[in-house]
Amino acid sequence: MKSASDATMMLRTPFHSRVAAACELNAWGTWKGYTTPTAYTDVELEYFAIRSTAGVFDLSPMNKYRITGPDAEAYLNRLVTRDVSKIRAGRVGYTVWCNDAGQVMDDGTIFHLGENDYRVCAFARATDWLHWSALGFDVEVVDESDEVAALAVQGPTSCAALLAMGLVGLEQLKPFGLTMFPFEGGTLMVSRTGFTGDLGYELWIAADKAELLWDRLFEAGRPHLIKPFGSDALDMARIEAGFLQAGVDFVPAESAVRSGRSRSPYELGLGWLVDMDKPVFNGRKALLREQARGSRYRFAMLDVDGNKPASHSFILSGGKKVGTVTSAAWCPTAKTNVAFAQLEMPHGDVGQELVAEIYYQRELQWTRVMAPCRVIGAPVFNPPRRRAVPPGAF
Amino acid sequence: MTDKLDVILIGAGHNGLVCANYLAKAGRKVLVLEAGDSPGGAAASREFAPGYSVSSCAQWLYQLHSGVSRDLDLERHGLQWAARELPSLLLDTRGRHLSLLGSRIDGEGVSDGDREAWRAFHARTGKYVKLLARVFESRPPNLVEAGLVDRLNLLKMGLGLKLLGRDDMSELMRIILTNMYDLAEEYFDNPQLKSLLGFDSVLGSRMGPRTPNTVFTYLYRRLGEAYGYNGVAQVKGGMGALAQALAASARARGVELRLGARVTSIDMFNGRAGGVSLASGEQFRAAVVVSGADPVTTYGTLVGLRNMETGMARRVSQIRCAGAAAKLHLALNAAPRFTGLDESQLGQRLVIAPDLNYLERAFNAVKYDEYSAAPALDISVPTINDPGGAPAGCHVLSAIVQFAPYEPAGGWEGPSTAAGATHREHFTRLILDKIAEYAPGIRDQVVACQLLTPQDIERDYGMRGGHWHHAEMSLDQVLMMRPFPGATQYGSGLDGLYLCGAGAHPGGGVMGLAGRNAAREIIRRGARA
Repeated sequence: MKSASDATMMLRTPFHSRVAAACELNAWGTWKGYTTPTAYTDVELEYFAIRSTAGVFDLSPMNKYRITGPDAEAYLNRLVTRDVSKIRAGRVGYTVWCNDAGQVMDDGTIFHLGENDYRVCAFARATDWLHWSALGFDVEVVDESDEVAALAVQGPTSCAALLAMGLVGLEQLKPFGLTMFPFEGGTLMVSRTGFTGDLGYELWIAADKAELLWDRLFEAGRPHLIKPFGSDALDMARIEAGFLQAGVDFVPAESAVRSGRSRSPYELGLGWLVDMDKPVFNGRKALLREQARGSRYRFAMLDVDGNKPASHSFILSGGKKVGTVTSAAWCPTAKTNVAFAQLEMPHGDVGQELVAEIYYQRELQWTRVMAPCRVIGAPVFNPPRRRAVPPGAF
Repeated sequence: MTDKLDVILIGAGHNGLVCANYLAKAGRKVLVLEAGDSPGGAAASREFAPGYSVSSCAQWLYQLHSGVSRDLDLERHGLQWAARELPSLLLDTRGRHLSLLGSRIDGEGVSDGDREAWRAFHARTGKYVKLLARVFESRPPNLVEAGLVDRLNLLKMGLGLKLLGRDDMSELMRIILTNMYDLAEEYFDNPQLKSLLGFDSVLGSRMGPRTPNTVFTYLYRRLGEAYGYNGVAQVKGGMGALAQALAASARARGVELRLGARVTSIDMFNGRAGGVSLASGEQFRAAVVVSGADPVTTYGTLVGLRNMETGMARRVSQIRCAGAAAKLHLALNAAPRFTGLDESQLGQRLVIAPDLNYLERAFNAVKYDEYSAAPALDISVPTINDPGGAPAGCHVLSAIVQFAPYEPAGGWEGPSTAAGATHREHFTRLILDKIAEYAPGIRDQVVACQLLTPQDIERDYGMRGGHWHHAEMSLDQVLMMRPFPGATQYGSGLDGLYLCGAGAHPGGGVMGLAGRNAAREIIRRGARA
């Protein structure tokens, strides 16, 4: 079968041959120069694979940087907002990093692979920033984005599927833990991480073994109803789980053209990632100033009445516009209509009642609803299986 | 230390001493730590051969701010003049020199047209110099978070521009970003005059006369006119004597000055500079640390790039501070004989740069890390006006030589294209050959010779890159962008740390304004123990 993606100039991930074969809808989107499916078969079915069985997502276009050398920890500690010394070897940490103005450049994960050996996984290209940040440090920064392929395996049967593939002992891996398995003469790294808020893993493999990994995984996963999913289903799952998406819920600071369009960690509800006990880290001075002066915006998760996603809506308080929605979805498992909003301070206290001005269209007719909504304090989907060790046998 | 210090000041260069002096005058308890064994930094006198001493870095005084001189009472503290109001002579191999002092121009080849053009040019540019001088007497405006003082300064700057009148203002706007080569060609016919202006526009920088920016550096050089100088002056005892006067004045105010105290780090406490560590292992704490060291040394070595945020580290790494000027010292057993110069002229400022293209060619080399095959020189024979620097009857020749790279391929001690000669030897020979074209017989008078390359200057005076101005005086590195955007108004961008050296506004030259303005700003911000 010839796929439309074969005719593009877009980059292909190491899984492309398998992805293209499975992509029945031939629905391709672009992700940082790569052609990747928005959906394979049916968005809802893919979403329910994540929540009810196991879904597989090709996240190879993520940017991966290897940081090694005697100053690796000190380097990362200056780079990111949280205390990297608390991420022990064999663990993964979620963090953000800022520019000198205290504005978020990206969020991502730091994998502590071994002594003086880390991998930073980022949404945005960060090669220049990581190299500038290395001035004065004895570290080596290597862009591994093309060498390392990655699959997310997410959902209740993900552990069972991976055990069936022969990853003995995986059930003991704790959330945010990472471990290695031999795989076809190479090494397969598995981390218990993901972007769906469910039980799930991410598999990291040398690009030349990617297709083999895909084949093994789907063969072993068949009895566990494994199914590939595209970016549309992922979007539903991550909104349900309360995860921000760089480039959607905030503009990476160094790519913001207009002043005032970027956001600080505090303005994104990520203040818990900022460790002011560290004497120096990028953005610290500006963030101290912000703490003293107060933030401009606040991130809020909204529970919106009705079932119309409040995409791109204005958020009103007393008839006055106080914010806008950056992400919105009807979340099927939580049966909640969730929206992420950027609200002007001082709005956004948990429990505040607001109104979402939603526009939607049915058969060429546009309709406006003024949907009441309220600020909620926690993601609507957060099941115990996400944290259970070992996870239940689903 | 029993008493708590208000200020630790790193480096007893002239700006450091000036800054310390004003701080002490305002009641601050100041400790100055100097790595070398004498104060003054680039204002230094050193013995370079037995019995021969010389102003070993800067050689003329022409910009020291009159207010600073007065406030510090330097003459009472020992400053004496060997000579003042010295003209610049552009030398000619046949003895047809051009002499320039203020608006006065003399020389065989000078036409009435050139004389008139020079008078008009000098008067007009003199107005620009006055405007610049006013701007340099206060802290640079901060464009981003402009407070009242900044707005007033900007207003003054704008008003100053307006007060020039329409024609002069539009002419300034037209020429300020251009190059001296084109400007000189536009105004004058006399090649010697053009070349002297070109030389003054590139002296001490890594620029040729065709380099955009050189009109600004020319005006910068003439700043002294606004501070009471006409031509150049020579300090009795050399620039080291000026340093002694500065140090004596500072001590009289209660400044503690420690020599041979090399600071190895500026110590940060919870993101704030609060002390220093010395090579000896000693540590000092103070409310404020002020650095007179160049910005790359201050941020890169003393603070450490890892102790600041990435954006700042990157700015620091981009500072252009590669020097392009070398210094040659000759010990002579008799007075040199320059063709066509009498004894009194021998004590004036002698320039070898026959024409603009010669200068531009000399500059070409350094772009590729080579030294000029035919260099341009700013020569002083200090022992004419101040015989104390050499044994009786003997003389010293001191020359600023352009252009020399920081390091030629293979290093200064590496082999050159001349058989059996290192780069250092070869370049020295080229310079001597050039001088001998104007002073035949000088070779036979030389009893000792010292060449200081930019690398040597870096080592001896702690200036990274060997740049006399600590950072190139280019338009992207002046005013509120000196040493880099985000570190301005003498604040370093790091809490508790201030800059007071040539790397801060207004820049290099033995002027003292960076030190004085920094002290004012520190006092204004009020930090003390």
